[in-house]
Amino acid sequence: MPYKFVDGVAIADVTFEATGSTLEELFESAAKAVTASMVDDLKTIEEKITKKISITGKDRERLLHNFMQELLFYKDAECLVFSKYTIKISGNSLEAEVVGEELDQEKHEWITDVKAVSWHMYKLEKTEHGWKAFVILDV
Amino acid sequence: MDFKKPQFTKISDYIWEISKDYKKGMRVPARIIASKKILDQMDDHVYDQITNVATLPGIVNYAYCMPDGHSGYGFPIGGVAAMDTEEGVISPGGIGFDINCGMRLIRTNLTIDEVKPKLHELVDTLFRRIPAGVGGKSKMRLSPQEFKQVMEQGSKWCIEKGLGWEEDLERTEMKGSVENADSSKVSEKAIKRGLGQVGTLGSGNHYLEIQHVKEENIENSELAKKWGLFPDQVVIMFHCGSRGFGHQVASDYLDLFLDVMQSKYGITILDRELACAPFKSKEGQDYFSAMNCAVNMGFANRQTILHGVRETFANVFGKSAEELEMHQIYDICHNRASVEKHNVNGEMKELIVHRKGATAAFGPGREEIPALYREDGQPILIGGSMETGSWLLAGVDSAADTWFTTAHGSGRVMSRAQAKRTYKGEELQKDMEEKGIYIKAVSLKGLAEEAGGAYKKIDEVIESATSAGISKKVAKLIPIGNIKG
Repeated sequence: MPYKFVDGVAIADVTFEATGSTLEELFESAAKAVTASMVDDLKTIEEKITKKISITGKDRERLLHNFMQELLFYKDAECLVFSKYTIKISGNSLEAEVVGEELDQEKHEWITDVKAVSWHMYKLEKTEHGWKAFVILDV
Repeated sequence: MDFKKPQFTKISDYIWEISKDYKKGMRVPARIIASKKILDQMDDHVYDQITNVATLPGIVNYAYCMPDGHSGYGFPIGGVAAMDTEEGVISPGGIGFDINCGMRLIRTNLTIDEVKPKLHELVDTLFRRIPAGVGGKSKMRLSPQEFKQVMEQGSKWCIEKGLGWEEDLERTEMKGSVENADSSKVSEKAIKRGLGQVGTLGSGNHYLEIQHVKEENIENSELAKKWGLFPDQVVIMFHCGSRGFGHQVASDYLDLFLDVMQSKYGITILDRELACAPFKSKEGQDYFSAMNCAVNMGFANRQTILHGVRETFANVFGKSAEELEMHQIYDICHNRASVEKHNVNGEMKELIVHRKGATAAFGPGREEIPALYREDGQPILIGGSMETGSWLLAGVDSAADTWFTTAHGSGRVMSRAQAKRTYKGEELQKDMEEKGIYIKAVSLKGLAEEAGGAYKKIDEVIESATSAGISKKVAKLIPIGNIKG
């Protein structure tokens, strides 16, 4: 799994580390980690609704932050969660097609609501093997 | 993280000071209000975060941490800081993402013996009536125009729509409608996140509880009686905030402040969650107006939930909410910043007081307290974990040093992941039922994260808050039924 939850960093919140051999893979891993913080099994999210996301950021770190925030926007504004992400990044801009469905309390096992992507200890960095991000979610 | 445990200077049995020599850039010392036992239970991040707060421009006297303090980001949860409105900053990290997260307490004339036989029906009906959890949709979806009114009027909008009683406003902090709320300072995104969320409980540690006022738990019988409590009474308490709307407002302005803070105002900070702007700057004032919109949304949210609670009780007991005397006792927020006048070393000054997971606790006579309670001191609602009970406190004169602020809850000691490994939702639900607490939860995994053992003992937190002289006890309230997101 290209993301793992980390314990003991912010006790009231959820911390994860995401990786990817390319920047696009890293963004996909981070998106899945955000969704997996809310819905226990991503496989239960069917591919019914597609949304196109087009965003920019001042730099790549801000771009990833904005992208994760965008997923939280859809969760509240349209009650949507996504399981499939197709992402293209060019410079500090992103075009993504995300596929998922409306939240269903009968079908999806909830864990908790993610309020925001925090800036605390937030980091995106290039590694020997690709890219790595460290993220704390406010829940 | 490089971390050096601070040296504490004991100011009293309940006040511990970290000197401003501890960290470069600290403008004032930090003070933690706690018994020695509670102080030792706090995680190291709390000390690091509260001393970061002490570096913010314009901070006056001390950066305070309340006895329920635990690590957050930017400010710790339980962090309190007052900044000079002329020279100081406003920081969304000192308020939290869940702007106007708060508590509301409702009384009834029902006794425990009358409620017990109907407890399951009552909790099940409340669970169906009050949307909870991720994706728990409100019964009403507002138009952007209606939502604008909610942002600017708060609970007042609800009363005009028939979602409550006129007297509820008199029993809500700031009458449930704060001034300086300008909806033009709020993003389209934030509005879209909020349109379907007025009247929803949310998730995480948000809950609605049915509670029992046990005779032995009434600590101040005079105030308890005056405020409408009696032995063996059943009351209702709930905890929630401004939902995704407030989260987006906070996120939007953190982004903006990160852009302008250093380049435009030359401010450097130790944690990006402490992003800030001068209070009197355009950005600072815009955030204050947008934050106040979220404060109003939080009041309107709890007001709409109250309406649902009254309807449910009326249906289940076959009497009107008026006949059941379902008067609100109080509604109070624990995540916001407000402009207040305080005595600073002998001089009255205007301060922007940040309270993040901390409750305003004004002493008798302060004009912020509704006339109904002004001579008693402000009613303060402290939510405990779902297993252990909650408290009703009153504000006291001796809280002036902490800008009339006290605790807001228990404070976590166990991480969510650890709680999930330690407790299983189904077993916890059964154990709680055996203890006499009937619980309905959207998420059993989420329930495990909120187990009583994951929190500090509420009575020890209250003991610290009352012994330190920042509030006084009125009554402890014991849960018998609970709905959770």
